[in-house]
Amino acid sequence: MKKISFIIGILIVYQLYVMVGDTRGYFPSLSQLVGTIVEVMSSSDIYVHMGASVLRVMVGFSLAGIVGIALGLFLATNSRFSELKTGIELLRPIPPIAWIPIAIILFGLGNASAYFIVFLGAFFPIFTNTYFGASTIPLLYKRITSSFEVPLGTYIVKILIPYTLPYIFTGLKIGIGMAWMSVIASELIGAQSGLGYYIQMNRIMLQTDNIMIGMILIGLIGTLVQKMIEYLEKRIIVWS
Amino acid sequence: MISIQNISYTYPKKKTMTLAPISLSIATGEFVSILGPSGCGKTTLANILAGYFKPQAGEILIDGKMVKKSGKNRIVMNQENDLFAWMTVWEQMKLVTSDESQIFHYLKLVGLEEYKSYYPKALSGGMKKRVSLARALVVHPDFLILDEPFDSLDEKMKSSLHTELNRIFTVTKKTIVLITHDIDEAIFLSDRVIVLGNNPTAVIHQFAINFPHPREMKIQATKKFTDYRVMIAESYR
Repeated sequence: MKKISFIIGILIVYQLYVMVGDTRGYFPSLSQLVGTIVEVMSSSDIYVHMGASVLRVMVGFSLAGIVGIALGLFLATNSRFSELKTGIELLRPIPPIAWIPIAIILFGLGNASAYFIVFLGAFFPIFTNTYFGASTIPLLYKRITSSFEVPLGTYIVKILIPYTLPYIFTGLKIGIGMAWMSVIASELIGAQSGLGYYIQMNRIMLQTDNIMIGMILIGLIGTLVQKMIEYLEKRIIVWS
Repeated sequence: MISIQNISYTYPKKKTMTLAPISLSIATGEFVSILGPSGCGKTTLANILAGYFKPQAGEILIDGKMVKKSGKNRIVMNQENDLFAWMTVWEQMKLVTSDESQIFHYLKLVGLEEYKSYYPKALSGGMKKRVSLARALVVHPDFLILDEPFDSLDEKMKSSLHTELNRIFTVTKKTIVLITHDIDEAIFLSDRVIVLGNNPTAVIHQFAINFPHPREMKIQATKKFTDYRVMIAESYR
């Protein structure tokens, strides 16, 4: 009920702004916006852009998940490779958007660049959370493992990974948000399809209503994917 | 027979010795309690016995063979909850052995065969301790080290677990070393109470406890029990 009231509140404020504050007429009224939504959603064009963005996020995010989790677990359990962790820490503060020129030079305009940018956006939160979680495994668990002579493989699969899972999911939830931000940023600059590209094209043509539809879709798909990860988390971490 | 010969230990970056050279012998099938004031090195001794700390001097022999690393031949039960939150009771047991008939046997021994599909969060503090005990026993260690295992429990649960542990000891005749600061617990459970002194750590007294096993709580009301309590308390001073 609170959520619905909040949304209605925002819509009222928006409509008031359009009626009173938007003297240059850039923003569509709510009724115009609804009309454009119906029109845009009934054409196949928008679904092509949505599909392109979702595919880029899925590919880049999946790669970031696999590499981030594996590397996080590996470095947390192998102090001999601490220099690699230092190297990753040096790269972490660089925002994914700053990598776009490098990505275009390396991979050209297209999917490969976008995958790379999405990967970078999602990798660091996933890696950092996994590494932190695995590093904080209690000494007691290590002692039990050594007393019961649990083999290394069993320790990783049955103790280290389950212990780290809540941290991994925190990383995945932050990572998917970063992945969405990164894909839109990469499409704004270096792509020929996707919701970012759709927004950019409509910006050039001053189609504010279409820009807003692109933004709403980004928000809705991002929330949907976030909810899917939260659902998975609840289904997997049944013991908490 | 467990033989602890001139074991000493100093923590890294500390100048004073935490555990001064100490020697003890524990017979197979004996229940020994080690009592002592805080800071006398009881837990350090438990960690050395478990193989978690490497002593700077001395050695531990089990049936004449020197032991160094931690392993299934000596299992520790701590004050902390040492169960894995993401494993059911059955999975905790399966982690350490594949012998399902033994798992059933020991879960039955601690009275938890009906709880094998439960996660630790659904068990009481006492039940968690009984799972830990079953998991320790199922690998057939040469001896068990109980480092103040019941300290975090309330008196009622503690008392019930004392009776339970005594019953299990009577059945299995497993060698047990209990580290505690609770005199009544030590007398009720043990065949022998070793009192450690402080600065430097040393065995200052040993008391043979002559109550037959299995024991019932009512022995705590006997004059003999009170006499042991007084003698041990006096030796602390």
